Amino acid sequence: MEKRYETVFILTPVLSEDQAKEAAKKFKKVLTDLGAKVTHEENWGLKKLAYPIQKKTTGFYHLVEFTGKGTEITELEVQFKRDERVLRFLTIALDKHAAAYADKRRGKAADSKTKSKKAAEA
Amino acid sequence: MSKQEVRFLNPPTVEAKKKKYCRFKKLGIKYIDYKDADFLLKFVNEQGKLLPRRITGTSLKFQRKVSQAVKRARHIALMPYLADGLK
Repeated sequence: MEKRYETVFILTPVLSEDQAKEAAKKFKKVLTDLGAKVTHEENWGLKKLAYPIQKKTTGFYHLVEFTGKGTEITELEVQFKRDERVLRFLTIALDKHAAAYADKRRGKAADSKTKSKKAAEA
Repeated sequence: MSKQEVRFLNPPTVEAKKKKYCRFKKLGIKYIDYKDADFLLKFVNEQGKLLPRRITGTSLKFQRKVSQAVKRARHIALMPYLADGLK
């Protein structure tokens, strides 16, 4: 039985933009290697934290949505814990309402992207 | 002095109480997103603590979801655990 999951993780602001992207890629690879399918990813960029974590006040936020059997998550979280670049992570299972919401949100995000593209063209 | 009417100096103001309602039921919101910190801000006081149902009017079912969402938002530092003058 495959389920949908969503992971948000925060990387240290010490990294450069490219390094942060690379780290995100690494975790995506961990997932795909374990047989999970990455269905969606988002990069929220450098954001201010609501409270300091490890004396950092900002962090790179990344969101990854994937489908899998759920066994991948243990391995993924071990990787998160081992990696010093990760400040925080949160993985949740999406129920049917959450999945519907995620699809809608994604649609909206795509819309705004195309809109901004159109705006840039115009 | 036998039968005196009760008289007020100022006419008593009887406010028509606005009925509280659960905004999730009314608007048909089924999922509360923990990533939307601005929206969740409506359900906490200025110290960042969760507001009771008696104030927000949320139904029990959705109050549980609100609390879950706020706790998730706090974990990934989108909302503070402790705050001072959040609003």
